[in-house]
Amino acid sequence: MIAFWGVTRAVVGREFLRFIQQRERFFAALVRPLVWLLIFAAGFRAALGLSIAPPYQTYITYETYIVPGLCAMVLLFNGMQSSLSLVYDREMGSMRLLLTSPFPRWWLLFCRLFGSTVISILQVYTFLAIAAAFGITMPPLGYLAVLPGLMLGGLMLGALGLLLSSIIKQLENFAGVMNFVIFPMFFLSSALYPLWRMAESSPLLRDICAINPFTHVVELIRFLLYLQLNFAALGWVVFWTVVFALAALWGYDPARGLMRKKT
Amino acid sequence: MPTDGLAVTGLSFRYGSKVALKGVGLEVGPKTFCALLGPNGAGKSTLVALLTRLLVAPTGDIAIAGHDLRRVPRKALAELGVVFQQPTLDLSMTVRQNLTYFAALHGLSRAEIPGRIVSALDKLSMGERIDEKAGALNGGHRRRMELARALLHQPKVLLLDEPTVGLDAATRAAITAHVHDLADQGLCVLWATHLTDEVRDTDQLLVLHEGQILTSGQCGEVRGNISLSDWFLAQTAGPP
Repeated sequence: MIAFWGVTRAVVGREFLRFIQQRERFFAALVRPLVWLLIFAAGFRAALGLSIAPPYQTYITYETYIVPGLCAMVLLFNGMQSSLSLVYDREMGSMRLLLTSPFPRWWLLFCRLFGSTVISILQVYTFLAIAAAFGITMPPLGYLAVLPGLMLGGLMLGALGLLLSSIIKQLENFAGVMNFVIFPMFFLSSALYPLWRMAESSPLLRDICAINPFTHVVELIRFLLYLQLNFAALGWVVFWTVVFALAALWGYDPARGLMRKKT
Repeated sequence: MPTDGLAVTGLSFRYGSKVALKGVGLEVGPKTFCALLGPNGAGKSTLVALLTRLLVAPTGDIAIAGHDLRRVPRKALAELGVVFQQPTLDLSMTVRQNLTYFAALHGLSRAEIPGRIVSALDKLSMGERIDEKAGALNGGHRRRMELARALLHQPKVLLLDEPTVGLDAATRAAITAHVHDLADQGLCVLWATHLTDEVRDTDQLLVLHEGQILTSGQCGEVRGNISLSDWFLAQTAGPP
């Protein structure tokens, strides 16, 4: 058991070392949601009216509305960044080192997933701190209550990244991930607009948003920030985490998965 | 089956319809340097991927130090040290950080890791490089570091896949000699290469060609009176 913990510490430690060595990655991850929050949201504040809907008990500004979606955005981009670095690791050979460890492969991949999620959460809290400095605050205990939601959402999106990394053959193909995964996931969700607003424009789009796993991550975070638990969102996030993780394990299985084509 | 060595029986593997290995069998005992000689595309890298469980073959068995890789992969991999053809260092980390990471991946305790690292690096005259970034090392030093890393967990079987590719003649000779010494000290070594000058007459020789083992025996006996290079070219000129 101590050795299992040692592997976790080593893999998370390596992720952390990489993280502090790549400061530009940290700033890029922060700039993205801050641009949305401080520029986009400010511009759309007047155009987008929001009625009172759970978990909010009063009228809120648009900036307040999109904070949970932007937290999830940090998790989403980081999950995909992690996927990119897994593909890079495979091309550079360091993936071989991880996969030839005597520890079970599922554990090694989980450690990698956990490490990247911890880094994502650090970035989310930095983002929330900057938002608070601009006066966009949540209930104080909400910052603590959201932690498990961030962890679960980060694991779900990281597992999706892991799955994609087992499918993507080369680093160059990663641009496709941006176009076909990140953008549709983000825009077809409740991150930027509530689903009832979307239904007014297109019921079909609303239905697509409602089944998007990313929507459930956003809603889980939104409710937890206000000290409430959205059970439906929790259920869906757990479900998709398990599905993506199992599919990723299949992808990395040496006997059956997609590694056969490109070790 | 040698308890402290490597044993492979009936190993076959294909990528889709392309056969990569066909009924490969080999046995390498402890205290043995076995050269796995094969031209490019012979199946050496596939064999290495199967021996390291990056791939799993549908048929055939692999035993590392007596542990069946299919049934008890953890025990088998714990006895295996590997130097891959492709560099596997994190160039942004120091030598110490790279080795610490690897040692933890092999379950070494925090207390024993520093001592093992110093000892492994000293044996390869790399002790003074411990706090240098891996990216600052030259090709020869990087290879030595990978060799030191492969030995950190004190494996019984050492697998090297074309470890001297891209190195200058002096470094190649030094690394080849060092690994021969390791074999003399008791290690079971499987050295995959296509360079005949890395093989000594006293070494065990396996020739892999188009996915099959062509020849097995002591190099000096196998090659007879002609040079290994000429003998190897003659053997691999046509289909097996």
